[in-house]
Amino acid sequence: MSNAAIATADAPASAASVPALSVRNLHKRFGPVEVLKGISLEAKEGEVISILGSSGSGKSTMLRCINLLEQPDEGVITVSGETIGLVKTKAGSTRPADIAQVERIRSQLGMVFQSFNLWSHKTVIENVVEAPIHVQKRARAECMDEAEALLAKVGIADKRNHYPSQLSGGQQQRAAIARALAMRPKVMLFDEPTSALDPELVGEVLRVMRGLAEEGRTMLVVTHEMGFARDVSSRVIFLHKGAIEAEGTPHDLFTNAASERFRQFISKA
Amino acid sequence: MTRQSLLDLLSFGPDGWGTVLAWATLTTVLIALSGYAIGAVIGVVGAYAKVSGGRIARSLADAYTTVLRGIPDLLVIYLFYFGGSAVVTWVGRLMGAEGFVGFPGFLAGALAIGITSGAQQTEVLRGGFHAVAKGELEAAKACGMSRSLMARRIVAPLTLRHALPGLGNVWQVVLKESALVSVTGVVELMRQAQIGAGSTRLPFDFYLIAACIFLLISSISGFLFGRSEARLSRGVRRG
Amino acid sequence: MDFAFAYDTLLTLLPAVPLTLLLAFNAILFGAVLALGLALCRISGLAILDWPARAYIFAFRGTPLLVQLFLIYYGLGQFPAVRHSILWPILREPYWCAVIALTLNTAAYASEIIRGGLLSVPHGQIEAAKACGMSRLLMARRIVLPLAIRQALPGYGNEMITMVKATSLASIITLMEITGVAAKLISETYRVMEVFIVAGALYLAINFVLTRLLALVERWLNPDARRRAQHPIAAAEEVTA
Repeated sequence: MSNAAIATADAPASAASVPALSVRNLHKRFGPVEVLKGISLEAKEGEVISILGSSGSGKSTMLRCINLLEQPDEGVITVSGETIGLVKTKAGSTRPADIAQVERIRSQLGMVFQSFNLWSHKTVIENVVEAPIHVQKRARAECMDEAEALLAKVGIADKRNHYPSQLSGGQQQRAAIARALAMRPKVMLFDEPTSALDPELVGEVLRVMRGLAEEGRTMLVVTHEMGFARDVSSRVIFLHKGAIEAEGTPHDLFTNAASERFRQFISKA
Repeated sequence: MTRQSLLDLLSFGPDGWGTVLAWATLTTVLIALSGYAIGAVIGVVGAYAKVSGGRIARSLADAYTTVLRGIPDLLVIYLFYFGGSAVVTWVGRLMGAEGFVGFPGFLAGALAIGITSGAQQTEVLRGGFHAVAKGELEAAKACGMSRSLMARRIVAPLTLRHALPGLGNVWQVVLKESALVSVTGVVELMRQAQIGAGSTRLPFDFYLIAACIFLLISSISGFLFGRSEARLSRGVRRG
Repeated sequence: MDFAFAYDTLLTLLPAVPLTLLLAFNAILFGAVLALGLALCRISGLAILDWPARAYIFAFRGTPLLVQLFLIYYGLGQFPAVRHSILWPILREPYWCAVIALTLNTAAYASEIIRGGLLSVPHGQIEAAKACGMSRLLMARRIVLPLAIRQALPGYGNEMITMVKATSLASIITLMEITGVAAKLISETYRVMEVFIVAGALYLAINFVLTRLLALVERWLNPDARRRAQHPIAAAEEVTA
């Protein structure tokens, strides 16, 4: 049995040895259904981890538990050495010990959603500078300069004053990536970033993500894109029914897959 | 008796009713604006209670909108006018004053309209909030926004944009409802028309003038609402 | 609260309920007929019918009901021609003036609701009826109207509730319906709260019954939903089959 306070902030260790993100023993249930059955993973600085699995395997839920968009029922989440304080509730779940800490850690995790979720009342550039200015309280001029650079990097500098509804899906997703990058996140979380896109628009988003991987960014990518998982990621995790079924380098998994289920999964994909 | 033409009635000269009608129009607009503003405050509180209030706050807000939706506005105006007078008289007696003290009709009218339009604005704002795409709120959360920052920067502007057409309808209702405040004796447009009708024996002319002025105000405000809708809704997808 | 007084108030107000109901019933009934005519004019596609209907709707929706009521009750009597016409016995009566004003007013709002309902009927379903060889009249009766009414009913229900509330304005032209009696009672007794609560409760009760009736009609018009509610298992099996 766990204690009332599952974890308190660990003492910061030296930067080299500390993983950018570590998740231990993550549990989540929706009513009677146990969606996550004790997931543990660790992302070192610069690692790109692809998370694969059929729908219903719990991969999106896992990602959303990391920044507490879903409240995990159990587990320890640590972002570059700082553990999110969680308190057990009477109902058997958890709640944040300190919401301010959760908000601070969220601002260090750049999330990219399947459905982009750009703020429809703000232009592209306003979307990008919103959190840096109002959450991180950085100087507007500096944020604007950085936002311009980011938009150029994802290739939509010319759309800076457009509203999201005037953009194609691929452009919206690239704007969303720029928005996430603008917070200078320690880890990027991608929740099926290409699943809502028309097939011909997938490539432009994947290209941007590949560029980020080559820069050495730490990324957790929930995806259906086998090519991306095989060619870009440093490690692949295969989830099945809320548990890690197979894990390893792309080479290990794709060429001599030890897991029968994973072989079935990639043969269908 | 020579029959004055409509234009003679409307003239701003010493024999014309133009000046008093203009003041009455201003009073009508002021009553409607005050009532609408009070209703807006109530609407924000009520919608907040319905959307993210506890069980008690939610049932209170539900009871409020249900009751006000089923009761005539005129009855509410009587409640505030006569009720206000009763309260003021009672307070006056405590302070040693004798007899009946009247409650200002303008205040009673604005409060009554505020209470009734507050129920409508509660529903409109609640609907506006539910029309906001949940993903946009989630994105704000994922950026580490605090509740209050998110309310200010994301929830409020998006809710307002979705609620604007409904809020425009409520304003039109409020404007017309303000005519009922004439029963308290406030000289707004309707009351002024009654006075004019009585002294000239030309009720049709005066009520027609009042009707036209109402039509004018409602058209102008409809135009203004339409413009601000177009301006504020840039980028907001509907439907 | 003084319950004995509230009970007395209830006894005083109850006899006024029939007049409120009668005003509302007449206005809704006549209003529906006029509204259907206006809606047909609007969707006729003929400018000569469309524009007068538009003007009517604009005028009656843009002005307060009270002005309309006063124009009819006080205003029309200004003209000798009206006073000497055969209609004068009706136009002199506050009751009929109230019914006329309420009817004209609700027709403007209801016509837009009906028009919305008619326009919502999917084009494909009309084509299917044509393909079956239905005549225009048969099609209107069997396909278009049922679908349009189903679509318009929630909005029309709100308009009916608005009308029940609007009957209170008749008290301003001396009719002693619920609000009229309540106002008289208040000015006689100065017991505002009790009278307000009892009168308000009466209106709420009327509107509650009206809402229930409308829900019944809605169920009756939606046989699909009704069958599912009655036989949830059969309906579920049908879906999975």
